[in-house]
Amino acid sequence: MTTNNDFLLSVEGLTVSFDGFKAVDDLSFYVDPNEIHVIIGPNGAGKTTALDLICGKTRATSGSIRFRGKELTEMKEHQIVHAGVGRKFQNPSIYEDLTVFENLEISFPRGRSVFGALAFKRDKEVRERVAEIAEMIFLEDHLEERAEYLSHGQKQWLEIGMLLIQNPELLMLDEPVAGMSVSERVKTAELLNRIIQGRAVIVIEHDMKFVEDIAHKVTVLHQGKVLSEGSMTHVKSDPKVVEVYLGH
Amino acid sequence: MTPMLTSARKTELIGFVIVAAVILLLLPAVTDAFRLNLVGKYLTYAFVAVGLVLCWGSAGILSLGQGIFFGLGGYCMAMFLKLEASTPEATSIQSTPGIPDFMDWNQITALPWFWEPFHSFGFTLVAVVVVPAILAFIIGFAMFTRRVGGVYFAIITQAIAAILTILIIGQQGYTGGVNGITDLRTLLGWDIRTDSAKTILYFVNAFLLLAVIALSMAVRSSKLGRILVALRDKEDRVRFSGYDVAAFKIFVFCFAAAISGIGGAMFTLQVGFMSPSFVGIVPSIEMVIFCAVGGRHSLIGAVYGTLLVNWAKTSFSESFPELWLFAMGALFIAVVMAFPNGLAGLYTSHVQPLFKRFGRKSAGRSAASGTETPAIAE
Repeated sequence: MTTNNDFLLSVEGLTVSFDGFKAVDDLSFYVDPNEIHVIIGPNGAGKTTALDLICGKTRATSGSIRFRGKELTEMKEHQIVHAGVGRKFQNPSIYEDLTVFENLEISFPRGRSVFGALAFKRDKEVRERVAEIAEMIFLEDHLEERAEYLSHGQKQWLEIGMLLIQNPELLMLDEPVAGMSVSERVKTAELLNRIIQGRAVIVIEHDMKFVEDIAHKVTVLHQGKVLSEGSMTHVKSDPKVVEVYLGH
Repeated sequence: MTPMLTSARKTELIGFVIVAAVILLLLPAVTDAFRLNLVGKYLTYAFVAVGLVLCWGSAGILSLGQGIFFGLGGYCMAMFLKLEASTPEATSIQSTPGIPDFMDWNQITALPWFWEPFHSFGFTLVAVVVVPAILAFIIGFAMFTRRVGGVYFAIITQAIAAILTILIIGQQGYTGGVNGITDLRTLLGWDIRTDSAKTILYFVNAFLLLAVIALSMAVRSSKLGRILVALRDKEDRVRFSGYDVAAFKIFVFCFAAAISGIGGAMFTLQVGFMSPSFVGIVPSIEMVIFCAVGGRHSLIGAVYGTLLVNWAKTSFSESFPELWLFAMGALFIAVVMAFPNGLAGLYTSHVQPLFKRFGRKSAGRSAASGTETPAIAE
């Protein structure tokens, strides 16, 4: 078996079974550095489960996930984050009781151990980095606001910002434009286009217009398996895909 | 640290100064030696309540077994004092002189090995903090790395409290059984039973409590404090931001246990004995109520909550001893249903706005002096 070290991420033969039901079944795909890889597929195709497996939230029944040559299936969640994988959840997952500043500060990659956190100082570097990210995610005027008072779209941005501040090599976004107003959606697309430069990104998205705009490569999942893979034009013209997904 | 002081932080500091004044000046001035000793006893529970503010209020970990750690701290101190009181001369009528009296009554003829180190005062002082912390570490490690939390964690801590009580009562020869360790007299030759000693111990206790509160404030205002709040809210997000969530939970649980141990040791010194009735389920739940009544998000509130509930308990159970448990149950339900943030919550929602309005009206005049009103900071 080849080691596939040329790829940033190589997923091979990944299977997870919940009481006999295979949510992801013998899944293999590869992500190159700087590649924007979109996963699409009907509901229940195993898209979110695939991301859960990569970031360690769900443990694989069999198969391997290698990130820069490291086997992720054996690592703990926080170690996977330290290796350079960032994950955004489908529903905005932010700390409602803390301010926007504190949300970003907690995500700043320093002082991650218990005693590191006790000794952590809010120095110039932290403040500048938080300010820089806040400007990127359109929240520079909301830094002292409690996160629970943000709009749905702003919460999505905040979570994206929390990932950005970690500067991950691989960014995984689960439906980043879901539930947004039209104007928020436009702004988010612009934001995503900016932040995905220079890093590999895996995106799950239903918005086909958005997918066409950004995707380098598209993987279509169906019942936990890869149905089709390639460029958006290739995938769109694949009769199998039209059959199960786009045709509906 | 932020260069500017946020208003919440300022309120907390003012609250700290006021609670210090109440404990160090007001209470000693208005109570006699007997009542002051009683207040001192109440304040030892405040150590546990302060620990619960961090553990339960900040991190959302409800432990119904804090009596374990209070008791362990108390027993460590009691073992030292008991050994000091059990000199061969003082125990010459026993069949084995030089060992604690209850061991002699239980036909034990030599001091058990785990009692030996408690001849040393230095060891005892360390053990008061470290023994509860080690047990908390074991419990925390076993639970939190397996992601046991919420109600399950609460039930398990309660079960451990019950087990420890049964163990202490069952091993009468080693622990003094249901009576506990009694008849404690001197600390390094200093008689702790006199009124003057009790007054001094009250102040030692008060200063320790204030130091523990100050330390807890520092922990809460560090990034670690914010991570605790974050993981109470969105544990997964914290985990996927690169933190080992279990390690943070274990830390705060151990911290709460260690300061509870200090409270327990001060209890033993001021009350003069330690028994399993301060270890088990009922005292553990009472301690949660002290914290809830004061406001589980407020370190300062925890002190007032402890004082208030204990004062009510003492006055109420003097007249209706059998009704007290029901009254306390009702109090807990009332706190949860009607004012979930306790006294501190009432203060921030009702009293503080009054001050602000008054402050605006009398701009130029000095603000109302709040010495009589317990200022409780969020």
